[in-house]
Amino acid sequence: MAGAATHHDAHSDHRPTGWTRWVYSTNHKDIGTLYLIFAITAGIIGGALSMMMRWELQEPGIQIFHGLAGMVYGIDGDAAIDAGKSMYNAFTTAHGLVMIFFMVMPALIGGFANWMVPIMIGAPDMAFPRMNNISFWLLPPAFLLLLMSLFMPSAPGAHGVGGGWTIYPPFSTSGQPGPAVDMAILSLHIAGASSILGAINFITTIFNMRAPGMTIHKMPLFAWSVLITAFLLLLSLPVLAGGITMLLTDRNFGTAFFAPEAGGDPILFQHLFWFFGHPEVYILILPGFGIISHIVSTFSRKPVFGYLGMAYAMVAIGVVGFVVWAHHMYTTGLSLDTQRYFVFATMVIAVPTGVKIFSWIATMWGGSISMRTPMLWAIGFIFLFTVGGVTGVQLANAGLDRSLHDTYYVVAHFHYVLSLGAVFAIFAGWYYWFPKMFGYMYSSAIARVHFWLMFIGVNLVFFPQHFLGLAGMPRRYIDYPDAFAGWNMVSSYGAYLSGFSVLIFLYGVFEAFSKKRIAGNNPWGEGATTLEWQLSSPPPFHQWEQLPRIK
Amino acid sequence: MATNSKPVDPKRRANVRIAVGCATFFAAMIGAAYASVPLYQMFCQVTGYGGTTQRVEQYSDTVLDRDITVRFDANVSGGLPWKFQPDQRDVTIKIGETTQIGYTATNPFSTPTAGKATFNVTPELAGAYFNKVECFCFTDTTLKPGETLDMPVVFFVDPAIVDDPDIKNIRTITLSYTFFPLPAGAPVAANAAAGKEGSAAGSKVSSDNLGG
Repeated sequence: MAGAATHHDAHSDHRPTGWTRWVYSTNHKDIGTLYLIFAITAGIIGGALSMMMRWELQEPGIQIFHGLAGMVYGIDGDAAIDAGKSMYNAFTTAHGLVMIFFMVMPALIGGFANWMVPIMIGAPDMAFPRMNNISFWLLPPAFLLLLMSLFMPSAPGAHGVGGGWTIYPPFSTSGQPGPAVDMAILSLHIAGASSILGAINFITTIFNMRAPGMTIHKMPLFAWSVLITAFLLLLSLPVLAGGITMLLTDRNFGTAFFAPEAGGDPILFQHLFWFFGHPEVYILILPGFGIISHIVSTFSRKPVFGYLGMAYAMVAIGVVGFVVWAHHMYTTGLSLDTQRYFVFATMVIAVPTGVKIFSWIATMWGGSISMRTPMLWAIGFIFLFTVGGVTGVQLANAGLDRSLHDTYYVVAHFHYVLSLGAVFAIFAGWYYWFPKMFGYMYSSAIARVHFWLMFIGVNLVFFPQHFLGLAGMPRRYIDYPDAFAGWNMVSSYGAYLSGFSVLIFLYGVFEAFSKKRIAGNNPWGEGATTLEWQLSSPPPFHQWEQLPRIK
Repeated sequence: MATNSKPVDPKRRANVRIAVGCATFFAAMIGAAYASVPLYQMFCQVTGYGGTTQRVEQYSDTVLDRDITVRFDANVSGGLPWKFQPDQRDVTIKIGETTQIGYTATNPFSTPTAGKATFNVTPELAGAYFNKVECFCFTDTTLKPGETLDMPVVFFVDPAIVDDPDIKNIRTITLSYTFFPLPAGAPVAANAAAGKEGSAAGSKVSSDNLGG
């Protein structure tokens, strides 16, 4: 593989310039950068949607959405209030879909994995570089379709897909006849195709292109996590694709998969959706696990504790993740024995997850810890993810879930593991690999201010939501009784603080590129042992022309 | 040390082999998603899952000395202007005893209209023990203007229900029918412009039906 580049000397320096370098790119590092830019853009848009929701929920009553609906859709009076209520639900739906499919997945899988997996396993590039290009360029049209769906009619008098990212029928079929749902479904189809192509690429790369001596049991944990994630995608995404295609044909071609009047069953969609949906949350978090393992090991100057245990804990999480889907459906009338099984299987997941948490702590134990910026984010991740894990074990209980189902307790739970867990892992990876990817060192002071503001901000947003959920505040409503006003106000102030911290993040990026502090090949010292730190920063356009040999 | 040849063929072939394997697997999973539809329906009919009632030819041969109340519920989906109701709100029978009750549907409209009924029982787990000998489910029904139709349901509650640990203690089962207008299954997206009012009402009734 390396031979192609050394055929004659000029070839290795050859790189396309201008816009063709990016649009026609087959270079995994350039495509990774594109993915990261895309993810930051989508994250800002998805974050802006959530800011509007928190602004609305700051006080009881309807504050902004009737005015917003009036401005955007040109509706007045009472119709504007109704349109505003629907618009709020369209915002929750779009926020969820944007953050999952267009922020976290592109950042972790498309961005960091594209950048680092080939380098870490000693490969010159991905196995199918052109397919890699297609994977990326499918995403912008998918994202545009989803954003355009916000402005399309859905239910009578409403715009945008309401009803949440789960798009349950009958609300997504007979409930919203307008084209908004069709556009969102097509958007998911395209984003799914992008992910599937990416998954095939990663599996092939990791199986076939490891450097000599890099056995699967010597592979860095981040590569392990991406391999498992790719398998989860391959197994779960087709089921989502099938389910939403059935929705599409139910809506447009007169099939009746989910229409009870013709013998269909809406609950079937929930089974199909959650057979995808539950593995999907592990798809979002597993690459984060890989990143955190590297950072904790680097800044403790120790190899990660229990390497094989860490790798196979991720395998176990992936496997068990496929047999727990109905814990999202405790209230659909499952028999008691079915509920018992799903409670048990769900709790089993706490075991490999616990193995990971304790192994991270054991890695730090007795290590020579330096609290550089990425380590701060990694420890923040471990703390916040564990809080989310604890509420997860509670919600696994069918009896308790019956009272907490669809309340803010669930919202708090999954934001602690995803918004705080996965996003903190993304920022940890960003601050860890930023000097490697771009060659410049960011200002550690700005990065630390970003961390502390965001840490305090997100905890202010989501911790009070536990109280609101326990008190019975349901999800997906624009308004609430006055009794919930206090903690909602705290939650909204936290949202503004975390929104402000994102501005500091952007300023930090700008500052790093304008000051141009040269980072050097390995800014993190002897703890950083994976292959990427042996290359220059940024790495050469074509790396590993001589394949590294792993002892 | 690198050689100056092009990427060698066997490597490329191995890559393509894995990619094709993955793509095949992907296609198989799409197939599995669609195969789940008939499998799920079979599963529902066998287990009564989701309140699917059982069709039987035979009456029960045992009658237990225990009462159970069966309540009757009637709904009409939007777009079908029928008056549809059970003849009685509920009936109290012995478990295993066969009973006939009736529903009545009237078309007060000036044109003939057609509908089709679906049904389920609550609690959903009781579906497996709710045996209908005769019913008007899933048959297309057309009513002339002003016509009234009596629709009998003959059913019994399977005595095996008292052996099911999940629901042996229930005292009340609700049988719910919903009439939908025909032609059913017309694409909803296509109707977007046509009957906005009707679609809105339709979604309400079908979600009620979901809950019931």
